[in-house]
Amino acid sequence: MLVSAAALACAAMLCGVALGASVAAGAQPSNSGVRSLAATCAACHGTDGHSVVESTMPRLAGMPQADFVRQMRAFREGTREATVMQQIAKGYTDEQIEALGVFFAAQR
Amino acid sequence: MNRRHLLRGLLQGACALTLPACAGWRRSAAAATVVVVGGGYGGATAAKYVRLLSDHTINVVLVEPNAQFVSSPLSNLVLGGELGLSDITRSYADLRRRHAIRMVQERCIGIDPHARTIRLERGGTLRFDRLVLAPGIEALPGAVEGLAHARLAGRIVSGWNAGPDTVALRAQLAAMPDGGVFAITVPEAPYRCPPAPYERASLVADYFQAYKPRSKVLILDANQDVVAMDALFKGAWQRRYHGMLEYRNHYNAVAVDAATLTARFDVQSDVRADVLNVMPPVRAGALAVDAGFANVDARWCAVDFLTFESRVAQGVHIVGDAIHSAAMMPKSGHLANAQAKVAASAIVAALLEQPPNPHPMLTNTCYSFVSAGEVIHSAAVYAFDDAARTFRPVAGSGGRSAAPSSAEAEFARAWAANVWADTLG
Repeated sequence: MLVSAAALACAAMLCGVALGASVAAGAQPSNSGVRSLAATCAACHGTDGHSVVESTMPRLAGMPQADFVRQMRAFREGTREATVMQQIAKGYTDEQIEALGVFFAAQR
Repeated sequence: MNRRHLLRGLLQGACALTLPACAGWRRSAAAATVVVVGGGYGGATAAKYVRLLSDHTINVVLVEPNAQFVSSPLSNLVLGGELGLSDITRSYADLRRRHAIRMVQERCIGIDPHARTIRLERGGTLRFDRLVLAPGIEALPGAVEGLAHARLAGRIVSGWNAGPDTVALRAQLAAMPDGGVFAITVPEAPYRCPPAPYERASLVADYFQAYKPRSKVLILDANQDVVAMDALFKGAWQRRYHGMLEYRNHYNAVAVDAATLTARFDVQSDVRADVLNVMPPVRAGALAVDAGFANVDARWCAVDFLTFESRVAQGVHIVGDAIHSAAMMPKSGHLANAQAKVAASAIVAALLEQPPNPHPMLTNTCYSFVSAGEVIHSAAVYAFDDAARTFRPVAGSGGRSAAPSSAEAEFARAWAANVWADTLG
């Protein structure tokens, strides 16, 4: 079955907007918003988190949400050492990290 | 039942309650065509993401004269023979095969934003509902006297675009006798990829150390100091290339002599070299300039950062090095890729008659080799600032390497593999 999550999300988004649902500023990204937010990770971690085989960058697609959130927080707080990620993680809010975790966990 | 029909069915089903939104989808998005001009980091990414974010319902045509994508990031590794040109060359085939993007291997020679058409070199015309223009950069005409002639004669390379220039510079360096001088001139900022000239100088010095140890590298910089990652570069030069690499500031090249490989400067004395790499000042690519879109200093294209729509041409979105960049935002391949996704999302929204994502974000990571085995980086995260209608770095985010490392050399290559796949795959 090839119906993608995006198609469903898209249908949901259309209805949501048409019914007048609103999205809080920067807090809870909408379904389309979270895909765009996830796209900010894609240059290094692959489209929708699918890091290519020949790359040593961690694959985010399919990562359990709790793992993603825990690691992003650890980068942000400096409890996990990194070259780049502690600088990148500080650019995202708790809500954005939670939403990204849900998005990547759903990618297969 | 194919996927597209399924999607339509889903949308129509979902829309019994919400006719206005769905009417918009059927009327414009499903039949809409987005034309993308330029198949570099910005253009190719925009083409792919318009398809992805519209769930492959919006038609996309990508117009690019070159048969293959050649990456400028990593191209300095070709100069010392660490990589071959084929290692930084990728096919456009996946955009066609996996995303059903129509590839037109031809040069675009004109844009009519009112008629919503572009003209092609062989006489054809393409109609668009939205245009993405990713024209890259070109040398600012007349900025360095004699350079156009010297480049045509094959005497002096600029090397702003990876490809034939990269191969030519590699050949000049290989042919240079030991004891020779490689001189590179750096234009005043802003220009494409701030660390590029310093990375190039570093990698040439690395090559000289191994193969031509009596040779010299001269950086002749129009700026008052190293433009990017200054302390990291200077530290690496001191540690690795002391006595071989010399940095001189306030050297603004204004003319070259192709016969003697001499550069002339506005203030300083002439410099003669055995291999002379002149990186002239640049501006938005000719296509944007000719169309009248380069409205800032007649060099750069101002855009609305929420959508990357041109400030002077409705329905035309411009991404990459050609735009008038936000403050603190370098011109980089990574950022062109990131900007293209914001533009693609805004285009899909517009064709669905929806508002754009009100909170777009961008990331950037610039990896630079200080030798073939050691890399430094500069990173940033940007969020859209609604009040100022621009992108600003998120407070507290971003930064640089603590020191050059071999670990980051591995990350730089891994970055390339993924950004190429994200752009083209």
